[in-house]
Amino acid sequence: MSQGLEHSLTSWSGQALKHQASWIDDIDARVRVVCSGLFALVVVSSQYFVPALLGLLCAFLLVKSSKLNIKRTLRRVVAMDLFMLMLICVLPFTTPGDAIFTVFGLTASWQGLFHALLITVKANAVLLVLFSLVATMSASTLGHALAHLKVPDKLVHLMLFMVRYLDVISQEYKKMRRAMQARAFVLRTNRHTWKSIGYLFGMLLIRSVERAERISDAMKCRGFCGRYYLNDEMKIGRVDVVFSVTFLCFLGLLIGLNVNDLFR
Amino acid sequence: MHIVDGALSSPVLITGAVLTVIGVFIGLKKMDYDHLPLVGVLASVFFIASYIHLPLGFSSVHLIMNGLLGILLGWVAFPALLVALLLQVIFFGFGGLLVLGVNTLNIALPAVIIYYLCYRGIRHESAKVAAIWGAMGGAGAIIITSLMVAFSLALSGESFVLAAKAVLPAHIPIMIIEGFVSYAAVYLIHTVKPEFITKDAH
Repeated sequence: MSQGLEHSLTSWSGQALKHQASWIDDIDARVRVVCSGLFALVVVSSQYFVPALLGLLCAFLLVKSSKLNIKRTLRRVVAMDLFMLMLICVLPFTTPGDAIFTVFGLTASWQGLFHALLITVKANAVLLVLFSLVATMSASTLGHALAHLKVPDKLVHLMLFMVRYLDVISQEYKKMRRAMQARAFVLRTNRHTWKSIGYLFGMLLIRSVERAERISDAMKCRGFCGRYYLNDEMKIGRVDVVFSVTFLCFLGLLIGLNVNDLFR
Repeated sequence: MHIVDGALSSPVLITGAVLTVIGVFIGLKKMDYDHLPLVGVLASVFFIASYIHLPLGFSSVHLIMNGLLGILLGWVAFPALLVALLLQVIFFGFGGLLVLGVNTLNIALPAVIIYYLCYRGIRHESAKVAAIWGAMGGAGAIIITSLMVAFSLALSGESFVLAAKAVLPAHIPIMIIEGFVSYAAVYLIHTVKPEFITKDAH
């Protein structure tokens, strides 16, 4: 499985997750970022199952309507869910409460199981909303949206630079790995592997720093005075208003379900 | 290790977020627009390091390399790691959005600590000595990181204490591997391009 993960990571160069065009793409980037942030805040701080499950349902609906590839999207959350599985196994035994069953003198409690399940639901809901609302835009659009949302300029610049050079550097990395493979190098658990990977990493650093120097020289040559200008004007349209009002109402409902003792 | 959303209690989340904001603020103060290409490129190198999976028996571990990043970047490690982790959350689903503060703090603070501890040692004229400092930095950063992960879990509730205790032994193999890899990396840089380490003091 780690192989599959490695592959999906190395070929990422800041593009949006693959999906077909949908109405979510028409929504203003800022609205999408703010909405998903608020969603995370509300869902993570909810204490009961009903609002968390409603959040998860909403997340599924959003994933469906953003036309993301369902299988791929689920594969992305599976890695996290494996970690959650461990939590589900551990928490029932460490939380005191009503017993479900007893193994080797340890009692599993309902409260612990519910707690672990609640965490799983919340974490999945947040990630799915992020995938459908934010990851469906490219990383540079995200950077611009953040800049319009008054995130410090340098941080946004750092993000834009990083996204731009991720691809270049991963090409460099792949080139060096291929050269090692051509010399019959196989990753194993021994000191030779670690030394070789250390050398690879050191060389990658040196080459990248030299490249950074060339980049900044070339940019200065072209009159770069240290900043990008954000020329795109983001406008709030009717779709944005409708979407954000609906979404905020939904979040209001979730908050209401938390305040109310109805589902205790 | 990325902690996921929903696991930690709100005091821990808020403390982590506040401390990360302070760290990022200091880091941004220390970084000029002139350094942007360098920091951006280094941050991407570390992003890529996190997908080098090394086999370990039947499973595999990935490099973190926050010690080395700290040695090279100092406080600037905070903004660099924040951006890297944000991208990983959004596009790959590692970790969570609200725990971003805690996760950044757990990785970036050890980097800064290592920066102050190994600042002198890494600039030693002998490549061997410098590499040993590098190895200690690499392994040390993982120890501090795993301690901080364990603490943020344990502070979030009694029921997480067992999980917190499991974090430390789980990180020992990563620590050993990271030590060896950092040793080799620093040794190579020292031999090939010594001015790279001695010059980068920002």
